Amino acid sequence: MKLYSDLEYLKLSKGQKFLYNLKCFFAAIPRWFANIGIAIGRFFKNLFLGIGRELKDLVTTFIHGDWKTKVSYVFMGFGNIARGQILRGLLFLLFEAVFIFYMFIAPTGGVYWLKKLPSLGEIGPHEEYNEILDAYTKVYGDDSFKILLYGVLTIFFIIAFIYTWRVNIRQNQTAEKILATGKPLKSGKDDLRSLVDDQFHKTLLALPVTGIMIFTVMPIVFMILVAFTNYDGAHNGFSNSLFTWVGLENFNQLLSFSDGNKVYTAAFGEILTWTLIWAFFATFTNYFLGMFVAMMINKKGIKIKKFWRTVLVLTIAVPQFISLLYVSKMFAQNGLVNGFLLDLGLIKSPLPFWTDPAWARITVIIVNIWIGIPYLMLIATGILMNIPQDLYESAKIDGASGFQQYAHITLPYMLFVTGPYLLTSFTSNMNNFNVIYLLTGGGPDKAWASAAGGSPGQTDLLITWLFKVTTGTDSKYYQASVIGIMVFIVVSLITLIVYGLLPSNKNEEDFQ
Amino acid sequence: MADLNKLSEKTPENELKKHIGLKASRTIGNTAIYILLVIMTIIWLIPFVCIVLQSFRCESTYIVGYVIPKVWGLDNYKALFQTDFPIWYRNTLITALCVSVLQTVIVLCMSYTLSRFRFKLRKPLMKFMLVLGLFPGMLTMIILYRVLKDLGLTQANAVPGLILVYIASSGMGYYISKGFFDTLPKSLDEAARIDGATRAQVLTKIILPLAKPIVIYTILTAFMGPFGDFVFARYISMNTSSGMNVAVGLWSWLTPDQVQYKYTMFCAGGVLVAIPVTILFLCLQKYYVEGVTGGAVKG
Repeated sequence: MKLYSDLEYLKLSKGQKFLYNLKCFFAAIPRWFANIGIAIGRFFKNLFLGIGRELKDLVTTFIHGDWKTKVSYVFMGFGNIARGQILRGLLFLLFEAVFIFYMFIAPTGGVYWLKKLPSLGEIGPHEEYNEILDAYTKVYGDDSFKILLYGVLTIFFIIAFIYTWRVNIRQNQTAEKILATGKPLKSGKDDLRSLVDDQFHKTLLALPVTGIMIFTVMPIVFMILVAFTNYDGAHNGFSNSLFTWVGLENFNQLLSFSDGNKVYTAAFGEILTWTLIWAFFATFTNYFLGMFVAMMINKKGIKIKKFWRTVLVLTIAVPQFISLLYVSKMFAQNGLVNGFLLDLGLIKSPLPFWTDPAWARITVIIVNIWIGIPYLMLIATGILMNIPQDLYESAKIDGASGFQQYAHITLPYMLFVTGPYLLTSFTSNMNNFNVIYLLTGGGPDKAWASAAGGSPGQTDLLITWLFKVTTGTDSKYYQASVIGIMVFIVVSLITLIVYGLLPSNKNEEDFQ
Repeated sequence: MADLNKLSEKTPENELKKHIGLKASRTIGNTAIYILLVIMTIIWLIPFVCIVLQSFRCESTYIVGYVIPKVWGLDNYKALFQTDFPIWYRNTLITALCVSVLQTVIVLCMSYTLSRFRFKLRKPLMKFMLVLGLFPGMLTMIILYRVLKDLGLTQANAVPGLILVYIASSGMGYYISKGFFDTLPKSLDEAARIDGATRAQVLTKIILPLAKPIVIYTILTAFMGPFGDFVFARYISMNTSSGMNVAVGLWSWLTPDQVQYKYTMFCAGGVLVAIPVTILFLCLQKYYVEGVTGGAVKG
């Protein structure tokens, strides 16, 4: 396609400009994918180069280092101790001792779990003859869940050990260098003091990062692995039979259009579409209406501004489960809204707010406006006050109408400042569990899709479907895991694409 | 210029403006806004007024189509104390108090470090947490439940388990308070460092007193979180009444087989839960607004 220069572009009419921008957008799509590919390629290139460099460094350090350094290759921290850094050395040594004990000496240690990892256990729970009781009793064999969990933990531990070992050697290297210049090394006291001073960030980060590693990273790695197994309620590995690796089978089921899996694939497609539609409307209705309300309250001459804001903020203050559950019952067949309309004689029979798919979807979006506007109003109020007033004054002198002022000053400014926020609120709306689950519980039913697992309903998002699959009667954990990975892929694709389009990235100087 | 000419044209709108004058047209505009705002206020308040009114209804316990009770009374509130509601309330309060303290400490550690220190792993760490955030958090529920169950922290003992789950990953929500710390001038730190303060002293003596708004914001949101959480609380308490929080407990009263008998009690319970939280929120509203507006602008 033809690219215009700036001057040519300015000459175009509005419609042409729009078409041109649209064309540019789609023309750029292959380039994004290429860029992603290049980024991945570069990552691996750097990774391998890095590993090569490290290995080379290890060899040269070994050859050129003194005997203390050489011993440190086997006994971690030996160099530290020999050079007087007792505290560091002992910590290294202790870590190595713990590692060796866990891996090789403990009866159910690292090697034990790693050996079982490829099969995820061979002997499941079974009945065995018990001589004392003179009866067949249940014997618990391998537990696939534990094997997978401890397998993952062991691999994490090994990586941590390799890293620490590398740090230990690098410390020997630097210690040799420092001693060669005649300076003294840091003592244990210095080390401790630096933990509240130069190295204070390590102290501060230790607890939060450990928490994230154990309670977020490890579970996510585990759950990604579950997507490649047949782990479900019937194969929980302990009281029922074991689960095993199934390779890409679960993804095949989702993405193949064969007869057996048609329902699954179609249900996934439909739920994904609704998730995107919902996220779009939930984000933009709130955004524009919230901005509108903020502008109304901010307008000169409007009194008791604080009162209006406080009333709206009530929906943030009251815990969502109360307000949402109550509202969901208000719109029920026999609820207040229908009762009120029937009393007035406006309708003959109750409106199907939660029983008709289209009604349910629209009602959910409308109730979400009730919940979401106040939040946007607060944000918009803060931003609107920051817009330089002289922009409006000069616009007024030029005779711009209220709408023109909005379209050419307020909106661009808002979009510029809140671009990243819009993106995150879109993705968090995709995962907005509370509003959907507490209002409709995913219903009304989608009868044809019940075979897809978790019996998804008409207003179910991917995230509520995931919850239903997990807690449903057959607890298909592997399916939940596949859905979770799909959510991740969709969300990160949207984030990657939109982030590149944000005006705050493009023309950073516009409003400064 | 084109727009200026437009204004002097004889369109009906401009004629009207000339007739009634600028002040009058503004009054009309403001009146329209007032009407809209009053309508909005009514819509926003209706559900809350209704829930309070229905909690005093004594003649029936199921969903009805009218608001004003025919028989007023405190029966529903009295009935609450015959159920597990006080236990749920206690569970929620304990969780909320512990989480608000611990989560604040963790979030402040994280955000202060990422805002003030420049170390090698800073950028990779932030990128890594960004990617982690794209995974649906609910996915981790399955394994966390199994692990907590093996530790004996589920069902009746769900409270410590829940606290652990809430605070453990709270470091990922550092964005808003990092944005705040970024706005505090770095020269403050440097001046104190030149005077011989350690990094730890800079944090406790200089930054924390200045960070009062964001500390209160973090405490407030951390306190309100457990009141609204439903997913983890439900999964970890696993149908054991003594381990539930108010959200799960009250939700269980609205399931199809319970709603006939417990609907008005749900209203009463909802009112009892909402009143303290709402008052607390409205008192600290100022700090909340500061946090939200500051955080959103910086993304």
